[in-house]
Amino acid sequence: MKPAAFNYHSPTRLSEVFTILNSSVNSRVLAGGQSLMPMLNYRLLEVEDLIDLNGIQELSGIKQNNDIIEIGAMTRQFEIAESPIIQEYLPLMWKAIKYVGHVQTRNRGTVGGSLCQMDPSAELSLVASAYKAELIIQSDQGERVVSIDDFSIGYMTTALNSNEILKSIRFTPWSKASKSSFIEFSRRHGDFAVVSAACLMELSKNRINQLSLVLGGVGAHPFRITDLESVLEGKTLEEVDLTDLISKLSFPDMLSDKLYPAWYREHLSKVLIKRVLQEAFSTSDNIS
Amino acid sequence: MISNTKEITLTINNKLGKHIVESRINLADFLRHQCNLTGTHVGCEHGVCGACTVLVDSRPVRSCLMLAVQANGLEVSTVENLASDNRLSNLQESFWSEHGLQCGFCTPGILISLTDLLKRKTNPSEEEIRDVLSGHLCRCTGYQNIVSACLKVIQDMKKEII
Repeated sequence: MKPAAFNYHSPTRLSEVFTILNSSVNSRVLAGGQSLMPMLNYRLLEVEDLIDLNGIQELSGIKQNNDIIEIGAMTRQFEIAESPIIQEYLPLMWKAIKYVGHVQTRNRGTVGGSLCQMDPSAELSLVASAYKAELIIQSDQGERVVSIDDFSIGYMTTALNSNEILKSIRFTPWSKASKSSFIEFSRRHGDFAVVSAACLMELSKNRINQLSLVLGGVGAHPFRITDLESVLEGKTLEEVDLTDLISKLSFPDMLSDKLYPAWYREHLSKVLIKRVLQEAFSTSDNIS
Repeated sequence: MISNTKEITLTINNKLGKHIVESRINLADFLRHQCNLTGTHVGCEHGVCGACTVLVDSRPVRSCLMLAVQANGLEVSTVENLASDNRLSNLQESFWSEHGLQCGFCTPGILISLTDLLKRKTNPSEEEIRDVLSGHLCRCTGYQNIVSACLKVIQDMKKEII
């Protein structure tokens, strides 16, 4: 199908975006279009004003300030895959980006677009959760900073108000000695994940000093498994019965559909949690 | 009141031109219906099948997920641009000799993506070829002959260098 008619706006300055957002009764901003365009094509969505952000230079780019990596919302996914900064400082994101769609969609798709879409199985939302990213949200009233946990509020739903846009995302890299692991299960490489799991792990004398463990494709949006994180912190994986600890986890509001019912996703989640933890732990230079 | 049309200036297959387009028309339909470049195929219209893949500023993208107005000022290259002087490109020639297509519907998009791969990497592995192909659906070939066609081009290029 074809999209219903709309007014197309291509502002070059942020101030123009807010003028249109504030005056329109039914508007959407267009980032890379890899999710919004299908919705428009299928008329799952009809808008009066479509505001194309692709002409706004200040929304793009990867910046490194002190210990923070700030990624502009309109930075394209291929730029992440080709960035030496991301490879060095945000290795988990660098691993996961190859699973975001295909090379042909990463060439247009953006980091901010993916986060604002907040698909339950989106790899970039998962990575943002793992790094406890901060999102810089802007309106004509100014900026506000929201943690990823407060940004993702439901199934494909974020804390963005209709007069706001996501400007950039701030990541705090973990220490160089930390390890990361990302595993995703999907029918084909590049398809939406059925379940994906990831972790960041910092060890000190073979003990887990700091741990971030996240799961996607399971709930309304990716989330951290804080219960297990706190149990494992301060321990080595060799002294705990990981299988037993994981078997006790329960995931309320598990997604379920005909192809992948809740019991299947739960089983898969537990398998993948174990694998990411073991992979991160075993790749560590954990010689005391 | 919704205003429907925009004037755009863009380069298509090395030719700069001005066009009046409806805001809501996607790049694939614009190329096919207004530019008569029907080599670009439209399959799923939601970015899954890859048949509509074209080069925009030298990168393969889904032309069904981009509005024609968004191509204003950019360079677009389609499957029609692969052959020159009535000669098929090496990859197209190899698709022919290795039976890399049957019905041919998916072929234009795949040719664009693989041409891009061969331009970026001098010696891509079979795994890298298959990674690029994961962005395309072919319901005829089982992909085997497409992979063979691409590998043959790589082999032939090596021979030329030696």
